[in-house]
Amino acid sequence: MFKIKTFAECDKDPNPLRHDMAKGRIVAGCIAPHPPHLVYAENPDQNEPTSEGGWEQLRWGYERLRDSLSEIEHDVIVILSPHWQTYVGTHFLGLENFQSLSVDPVFPNLFRYHYDLNVDVELSKQIHDKAEKSGLTVKMMENPDFRVDYGTITTGHLFNPKWDKPLVVISSNRSTDYYSPEVMQEMMIELGKITRETIEESGKRAIILASNSLSHRHFTTESEIPEDMSKEHITSHAMHLWDMRIIDYIRTGQTQRILDEMPEFIEQAIAESDGGGLSWLISALDTPDYPAILHGYGTIIGTGNAVVEWPCYKHEEESQ
Amino acid sequence: MSEGEIIGSYIVPVHPHTYLVPEQNPGWTNLRNAFDEAALRIKNSEADLLIIYSTTWPSIIGHQIQADPNPEWVMVDHDFHELGSIPYSFNIDAEFAHAWNDANHERGLKSRTINYHGFPIDVGSVVALKLLNPDNAIPAVIVSSNVYANRSETSVLAKACLDVVHSTGRKAIAITAMSLSNRMFTGNIEPKDDKIHSLKDDEWNCKILELMEMGRLEDVGQLSRTIQKQIRVQKVVAFKPMWWLSAMNDNRNDLTGDVLAYEAIHGAGAAVIHLDPASCGTGDKEYDEDDVEYFHGDRSVLESSDSELSSIDDEVEAEEEIIAEENGPELWEPTTADGSVNTDAAPKPVGAYPHARRVGDLLYLSGVGPRQAGTNSIPGGPIHDENDEPLDYDIKAQTHAVIDNISRILEEAGSSLDQVIDVTTFLVDMKRDFQGYNEVWAETLGKIGPTRTTLAIRALPTPIAVEMKVIAQLSE
Repeated sequence: MFKIKTFAECDKDPNPLRHDMAKGRIVAGCIAPHPPHLVYAENPDQNEPTSEGGWEQLRWGYERLRDSLSEIEHDVIVILSPHWQTYVGTHFLGLENFQSLSVDPVFPNLFRYHYDLNVDVELSKQIHDKAEKSGLTVKMMENPDFRVDYGTITTGHLFNPKWDKPLVVISSNRSTDYYSPEVMQEMMIELGKITRETIEESGKRAIILASNSLSHRHFTTESEIPEDMSKEHITSHAMHLWDMRIIDYIRTGQTQRILDEMPEFIEQAIAESDGGGLSWLISALDTPDYPAILHGYGTIIGTGNAVVEWPCYKHEEESQ
Repeated sequence: MSEGEIIGSYIVPVHPHTYLVPEQNPGWTNLRNAFDEAALRIKNSEADLLIIYSTTWPSIIGHQIQADPNPEWVMVDHDFHELGSIPYSFNIDAEFAHAWNDANHERGLKSRTINYHGFPIDVGSVVALKLLNPDNAIPAVIVSSNVYANRSETSVLAKACLDVVHSTGRKAIAITAMSLSNRMFTGNIEPKDDKIHSLKDDEWNCKILELMEMGRLEDVGQLSRTIQKQIRVQKVVAFKPMWWLSAMNDNRNDLTGDVLAYEAIHGAGAAVIHLDPASCGTGDKEYDEDDVEYFHGDRSVLESSDSELSSIDDEVEAEEEIIAEENGPELWEPTTADGSVNTDAAPKPVGAYPHARRVGDLLYLSGVGPRQAGTNSIPGGPIHDENDEPLDYDIKAQTHAVIDNISRILEEAGSSLDQVIDVTTFLVDMKRDFQGYNEVWAETLGKIGPTRTTLAIRALPTPIAVEMKVIAQLSE
């Protein structure tokens, strides 16, 4: 069984993360879900509503993820968000800066966040162009009035609250809805491969994030105090079993099985990976067969959420 | 103050092309002209309120109602952002929104009002209000489309809205922002190449439009699930706005329909349709499904699972007490003398008697009506209101509910429907109801073959139309 190094072990190497400047690389890939509840629970200055906390298990998971990657050099963060839903191809944010107020249309009581984010337009355009050449339908989003979706903002904040790295933001093409999970996977596996190749050609170091939960059956009621943790649990045993099955594959390096079982997972767990993020992530990481790190798991209004890191940099060090 | 009413209904498309770039395609121009015609008709009507149900505003925690008196922002479509931006500043009737929210709660629905600066009003609502109410002369209210709502929840949402329309004396226009077929081209196309995505989608759209021209809105509502399967991509929100709009029009099939335009927008079916409440003189009202007055669906998901059936919160309990009062006299616990058979799965008695009693190998049931255990609601609706004003009701639904209740009592006793040997039926309106009751009988007990006597009586203790007295054999 492959054994990943602890961060302390990596740290002994004076320059574990040095790389060939000519070739870019993905230094880590993460499942980084976007429940606005976590931002609400954290009470950052940017968010208008305030709370008494809540969902600590997942927030601590995000803390562990941030700690794990805090010393990993990277130039850009690439996010695929299921809440920028596009039906005509895959879109990319195409302007250098976006500032506005993001209000969650479903939970406006929890999430009204003032954001200011920068985009790596050069890398976005490179991925766009390469995808277009491969036959995928793509579009650059260059309207300055556009409001970035709350999924991107939530994941962006939880992963990097300083907002000091530029983003590439990729929309969720709803090909599962239009065709099937199989067609979605075919397209997202291609997009993932293109993302990896483009990053390598760019000379940049990137962390890539799939902003999605696992099982995704919500409660249809909200407790009087949204952060009342005595009311929080998975919606059903079946959802729990699916989440644990996927997490087992994640922890044991069986990502090909995740791809193989994706249609059943989407159908039976109403999984948010129907938006393509997880398939794209696994493909971009070249279907890793080494264990990922589960930083946290918890439920949010009944949906299953995992914070996961594939530590590519450690894997490469170990393989050398 | 005169009683409020729905004075017209419109169905309008959701995509931004009709507002931003109508000139780029003759079909989009045609749709824009139809929008303008609809706006003129609304302006020339007595309308003092526009009520929008938008399929591009999905919600999860029940329904959400916009209650910001003056929401302002700049809307950019997630897909068609290259077409431009739509600044908006709307005139929302917050008072009506809050009253509707209260009415929803009274009818058992979860909902809440929304009043937050910067809330992203959805593209369907923005396009509808910009084009139908360009000078904001008429206040509006917008409601979301709950992704989990079924027909009953969506219909009750409309009835709660009507409660407020009636009580406040408003002359309201009901609007659904929606596509017909919603399959768009998944690639970029030139505007000149736009057309309905497939011949099959076009044929279904034309069938819907044919029904609309005949004013058969309830028929379209009852076809909603079929339409969703046939011509709808499984996006977040299903083809449920027809449930809402039909209920807003008292589930009628004889409206006066006028299709102002039907065209494609990036492959999806887009139509502007006007439905006038004036009867066109044709069509029958046919209910194949319950006409639900109160919502009693599973929304207690935050309670522990083992107490879902028995542990309902105070609010719901209070609602059910109201319903129980509305549906007749005080309820009793069934008596428990030797040989008595009682079950929580059947409605409580209205006097001191058991659900059934064993004598030898026979089981004698007390008169069984259609009321539902726990809620005391009446499938098919009560026959009169609390002021004894007659109501329309569905005798078939009531008869089915009676037989279901009989079955539950028999099962509790260890018997079953196929062991029923004699039935005495009481109808309060033989002329109106015998045929419907007889059809349900033929489909159910008629296949088993018990003897039967049917009597007309003046009234029953609760506002129901049918009751049955049953003798059955007990299983050996």
